[in-house]
Amino acid sequence: MSVKIPPIATSTAARETSAALSMRMTISKVNFFYGPKQVLFDISMGIATNKVTSLIGPSGCGKSTLLRTLNRMHEAVRNARLEGEILLDGQNIFTQDVTAHRRRVGMVFQRPNPFPKSIFDNVAYGLRINGSKTPLAEAVEKSLRHAALWDEVKDHLHKSAYELSGGQQQRLCIARALAVEPEVLLLDEPCSALDPISTAKIEELLVQLKDLCTIVTVTHNMQQAARISDFTAFLLTGQLIEFSPTPQLFTTPGDPRTEAYITGRFG
Amino acid sequence: MSPRLRWRKFVSGFMLTMTGVCALVAVSVLFLILGYLAVHGGASINWNFFTKLPVPVGETGGGLANAILGSAKMLLLATIFGVPIGFFGAIYLAEFSGGTVAFVIRYAADLLNGVPSIVIGIFAYSLVVHPFKQYSTLAGGFALGLMMVPITLRSTEEFLRAVPRALREAAMALGASKWKTIVSVIVPAAYRGILTAVLLAFARVAGETAPLLFTALGNQFWSPGWQQPTASLPVMIFTYALAPYDDWHRQAWAAGLVLLGLILIINIVARAILSRGIAVPRT
Repeated sequence: MSVKIPPIATSTAARETSAALSMRMTISKVNFFYGPKQVLFDISMGIATNKVTSLIGPSGCGKSTLLRTLNRMHEAVRNARLEGEILLDGQNIFTQDVTAHRRRVGMVFQRPNPFPKSIFDNVAYGLRINGSKTPLAEAVEKSLRHAALWDEVKDHLHKSAYELSGGQQQRLCIARALAVEPEVLLLDEPCSALDPISTAKIEELLVQLKDLCTIVTVTHNMQQAARISDFTAFLLTGQLIEFSPTPQLFTTPGDPRTEAYITGRFG
Repeated sequence: MSPRLRWRKFVSGFMLTMTGVCALVAVSVLFLILGYLAVHGGASINWNFFTKLPVPVGETGGGLANAILGSAKMLLLATIFGVPIGFFGAIYLAEFSGGTVAFVIRYAADLLNGVPSIVIGIFAYSLVVHPFKQYSTLAGGFALGLMMVPITLRSTEEFLRAVPRALREAAMALGASKWKTIVSVIVPAAYRGILTAVLLAFARVAGETAPLLFTALGNQFWSPGWQQPTASLPVMIFTYALAPYDDWHRQAWAAGLVLLGLILIINIVARAILSRGIAVPRT
């Protein structure tokens, strides 16, 4: 059997759209197990460069697990096993040094998790551990500006990160991830612990950030996926049901299960 | 009011009083000891007490300067020897070991914690005193250090484990290696707890007498260097309190007061450290 290039999208129309796009990451025939339990089944999809890709689906569908495999965070879990291949810029991520890979693929988590350090030290952390040569103060300011947080914190950079509000903390975590200039930024339900106003700020931010890097986000909020993403993947019980450009997935879903989910019949 | 309700109110009031009285008794013991020591030993504490050597029976004046210095030297040795072993052992236990290995280490440390201090004394005696035929500062420091290891190890481990998983993940996701994560995130997040644990271990062994009887013995004079029998506050208290001289009794009370004062100061310092810096908020 010949090696097939994994399609970026499951629908024909989408595949045509995607032909012109370059793929930052390619996920190919990924099966994932926690011990004997399989949680992802034969997932193949592409992550388009400088676009926002959303993974949606009901709780337990495997969307967070899939996201975590992209920067190999699953390897910290005992008994986790992955089959298949994930490429970043054409190279298999599993043959790379894991810490080097994670510098290229950053991650923001569900709950804001700043370090118990000052705002400045949080953002500078990644640069410091990587022994970066760039002047710290400039890099920190740049990252905070990218995360739309600079104006709010510039006068108290040396205060504890925990003095910020939840939404500010999450933007700080985004700034921290951006500081090492990743090619891909993964966000695991970044707004689920935030109020609507903070959520709106982060959504707006993500749309701006796609010029800077490729974004993959997991959300259980379909409206959010519709608002911010260029491509949306719908997962159900560990399988990729549908993967299309966002407007298409939400207006003319190709699979009855997708339609059932987005119209709120389950999930 | 129905009889049933009246009875319930009575039981409630009775229990509240009982628990309050017990709490009061618990704390009043501390104040009783403090007061007692202050009354009996307070008068003997003067500049001489901290600067002079003990004087022969019959002469008045003199102090326990040699015991204070001896205790300080042995506690220094104990800290240098015991804390690093406990600290790095805890890092291994909390971050690298799992399953059976962790269980065995943890269990052994708990057992070692429960070994009576006199047994630690005999052990140190047979290991470092007997072979060299010499009671010494080193041997005393070694015995106290042995006692500090399991205390430091277990409490440091608890504080390392209490660092939220989210912080480890954040560091990992930024490309930090395991070792970098420990050094730059986990230990800094736990350092205040660790420091408190070390200070409490220090305070705990500062008052130990039994291990020193077998290792440092005691001395009425200075013990220059590290290889001579050495006076210490707890052993001085023990010797002086048993002697039939009133002068010595007063000195023993004073030494008790100094020791307790030292431990109180350490506790206060530990508290002060706990309230400084950036703490990980409880979720």
